[in-house]
Amino acid sequence: MSTLSPVLQWLRTSRPGHGTLLAGLVAAWLVLYRINETLWEALLFGWLGLDPQQRLSETLRFFFYDTLKIALLLSGIIFVVTVLRSYLSVERTRALLAGRREGIGNVLAGLLGVITPFCSCSAVPAFIGFLAAGIPLGVTMSFLIASPMVNEVAIGLLFSLFGWQITLIYIGSGLVIAIGAGWVLGRLRLERWVESFVYDTRLHGQAVEPSPGLPFEQRLQMGAEEVASILQQIWPYLLIGIGVGALIHGWVPTDFFATYAGRSNPFGVLLAVGIGIPLYSNAAGVMPMVQALHEKGLPMGTVLAFMMSVVALSVPELILLRRVLKPPLLAAFFSVTGLGIVLIGYLFNALLV
Amino acid sequence: MDIKILGSGCRKCITLEGHARKGAADLGLAPSIETIHDPVAIAGYGVMRTPALVIDDRVVVAGRVPAAEEVRDLLRAAAAP
Repeated sequence: MSTLSPVLQWLRTSRPGHGTLLAGLVAAWLVLYRINETLWEALLFGWLGLDPQQRLSETLRFFFYDTLKIALLLSGIIFVVTVLRSYLSVERTRALLAGRREGIGNVLAGLLGVITPFCSCSAVPAFIGFLAAGIPLGVTMSFLIASPMVNEVAIGLLFSLFGWQITLIYIGSGLVIAIGAGWVLGRLRLERWVESFVYDTRLHGQAVEPSPGLPFEQRLQMGAEEVASILQQIWPYLLIGIGVGALIHGWVPTDFFATYAGRSNPFGVLLAVGIGIPLYSNAAGVMPMVQALHEKGLPMGTVLAFMMSVVALSVPELILLRRVLKPPLLAAFFSVTGLGIVLIGYLFNALLV
Repeated sequence: MDIKILGSGCRKCITLEGHARKGAADLGLAPSIETIHDPVAIAGYGVMRTPALVIDDRVVVAGRVPAAEEVRDLLRAAAAP
């Protein structure tokens, strides 16, 4: 699919005001991103006269700087990804997965989980929709694990905060966990622990593609609306995450985690995952925390495992999935995924310097 | 006419419901409007991404919030005999 041609067509046909508005927003974004660091230093240390050596003022600077930085990054990433993703749909993904065997199906489901537009609030309808279409349980699980874990927000933020190597490692290991855990769950033959009504669900009505042949201008509007709606939804998590990150940044001694939860501590990863699962946040909220933890010497494998466990496994998700999964399968889902995350954590602690 | 809004109760679903109410009022229709939150019932409509708009038991939009004008056009089309 060529994404450039609708852009060009839109630029030719749109009313001049809209093109200017978009160009203005892009320019404002770039300027704000560029001056972010200088802005807060000038405001806090120059204008307010705070002492940069003081812990409190450094914590404040980190908080404001990171809030603006992450808000900008998120808006940009969500906007671009929503516009691109409006060309894809869960319906098409399901059609691609229908009739696949396990194995290949798991790999494909993991990959599609990364790019398909999806929100965890639709996990249950999608789960039923997949199984009712005859997609194997394990393949469906691969999709459901990959989708929240390796999402566009996580990828974009990791890339801008840690660079491309860590991002690739995160995507790769997230996929391995989703594919592997889905495959294992499929092999365990746990179909009888799916609530029986799921297989009896008759899909009345035709599947509707969300946005076929939508004009490009409407896709841009969808992007803008998505930015607003996600930011409205996650800002409390974001501020809490950045607040905790700022506190760690300002008050925790350098190398604190290297000393107490470093590579030499065999329980580091287990502890991180144990804390991460009950914590409920999304990639955006957990990222500033993760950044500060790493800065203070928490090894990268532990950091990645913590982040994955926060994003992929949570209590609200457990409650949602309980509607369709009986406790044994739910337990298997959580433990296989959790185990995968722990293994990845230890692996990267051993490999990464 | 019977309108159902399928959604988890998020902001988007509320927006969609608003569009549907306004569209119906503009066209002088008096449909029954019902919101369905139950994910299992939503799956029964073959919808895998909310919000979705169902007119007379037919899913007309799923996975996005259509503009108010689009909803009105869909209502008008459904109301035409």
